[in-house]
Amino acid sequence: MTRQIKVTPQEFAEMNKKIRPKPKLLRNCFMAFVVGGAICLLAQVLINVYQYLGIGLKEAVTLGTVSMILLGSLLTGLGLYDGIVALGGAGGILPVTGFANAMVSPAMDYKKEGYVLGVGAKMFSVAGPVIISGTITAFLLGVLSLLFR
Amino acid sequence: MPASIWLNLIPAFLIGGLLCVGAQLLMDLTKPQFTPAHVLIVFVVAGAIAGALGWYEPLAKFAGAGATVPLTGFGYIMGKGAVEGAQSGIMGVLAGGIGAGAIGITAAILFSYICAVSFKPKG
Repeated sequence: MTRQIKVTPQEFAEMNKKIRPKPKLLRNCFMAFVVGGAICLLAQVLINVYQYLGIGLKEAVTLGTVSMILLGSLLTGLGLYDGIVALGGAGGILPVTGFANAMVSPAMDYKKEGYVLGVGAKMFSVAGPVIISGTITAFLLGVLSLLFR
Repeated sequence: MPASIWLNLIPAFLIGGLLCVGAQLLMDLTKPQFTPAHVLIVFVVAGAIAGALGWYEPLAKFAGAGATVPLTGFGYIMGKGAVEGAQSGIMGVLAGGIGAGAIGITAAILFSYICAVSFKPKG
């Protein structure tokens, strides 16, 4: 026999609000700060090493970014990057390692749909919108600077 | 290696960390919650605008990887590229954004494809 509970939808929503845990905002921000900062620090260490090896500043910075993309892809492939995102939230998402993760992760998951529509298409499920918004914004800014020079 | 070159690690950590806190706030305080894709788009667009206005350059000089590794850095490079391209007209505008971001885009596509093809997903 099922028991009838007399609760109006409004009351239910209020109960739900009370019971549901509030997002731990402060803790999330702290972890994002530490993890995101640590990723950037590692990239800076690489840049310093590249410069020490005689590479110019501009090239060293670019190479640092490329190295982090490689690192993010590898860690995702090895199944380790999910742990970084679980720990650091946005601290794992915003750096370029997270961008690489957002490309590799769905591509790997949809591999059984083939190398074209699986890997090829799913790789851009997050990267696509990001590149689109960057490209269109950059274009509009370029046009504006053409007009108001 | 001289010890002084390691001093730039501090601003890299602090600025990189702060940008990520901004992204975390954007995720936690939006309803419905922003997905990672939404957050990345906001930061790329913001970086592009800041780059085109010349605001991001000082931050990149100060914070190094702390400014270039978060996705704002990607937007910054593209925005700056398109505005610099504008000096040679509309063709420069069309080529400038992706042109400036080309190294990152190519590296990301190349490494991602190789990794996605060669590793097996867990679970």
